[in-house]
Amino acid sequence: MDVLYFAWVRERIGLPSEKVDTGASTVAELVEELRAREDRYAVAFSDLAALRVAVDQELTDFDAPLDGAREVAFFPPMTGG
Amino acid sequence: MRPAGGMQVRVQETAFDFGAEAAAFARNRTDLGAIVTFSGIVRDVDGGLTVMEIEHYPGMTEKALEKIAAEASTRWSLGEVLVIHRYGRMGPGEQIMMVATAARHRKDAFEAAEYLMDYLKSRAPFWKKEQTGRDSSWVAATDEDEDALKRW
Repeated sequence: MDVLYFAWVRERIGLPSEKVDTGASTVAELVEELRAREDRYAVAFSDLAALRVAVDQELTDFDAPLDGAREVAFFPPMTGG
Repeated sequence: MRPAGGMQVRVQETAFDFGAEAAAFARNRTDLGAIVTFSGIVRDVDGGLTVMEIEHYPGMTEKALEKIAAEASTRWSLGEVLVIHRYGRMGPGEQIMMVATAARHRKDAFEAAEYLMDYLKSRAPFWKKEQTGRDSSWVAATDEDEDALKRW
């Protein structure tokens, strides 16, 4: 699956996107796997209240299932307008 | 007279001409009596802002804006909706985005424009970064932005 990062999440992790092989069944499980990888991930995902997530380009929450998901994106609260 | 019910969403890096867009939006409009336009510009509150950089999520951005515009069209009686939002680098005073709504009556046009603004502030995947001299920082979302959604 493609995992995308935007804004300061992208800067902290140091990548705009990457392919991730995962058996995670929810967003929260995917976050746990990423956190365990390296410090930069642990830092980026240290406070989930400061993050938003989209699965296949739809905003959702961290309990959302991942079955069949092609793209998961993590980013801070949006500041458009 | 153009057919009513149109919805146009544009996400672009290049600048747009607000006056020309507003004029084109209003042209040949005999069926709708009210047009509201809003434009957001890069502001330099404390002085020293050199560049505003806007990041977005290509693909999701267009979908999110279309969803917000479609929702506005179901809530209010609108003839047409236009949303233009830029990304990339822009300087103080430059236009970031605009919305325009056309309706038979002004209440629908005003309320729909406010709704669009409230939603695209915190539900469309854009992130602003301000550069002042050598420092740069991401603009934080505010509780007010989130609270603004509750009135709808």
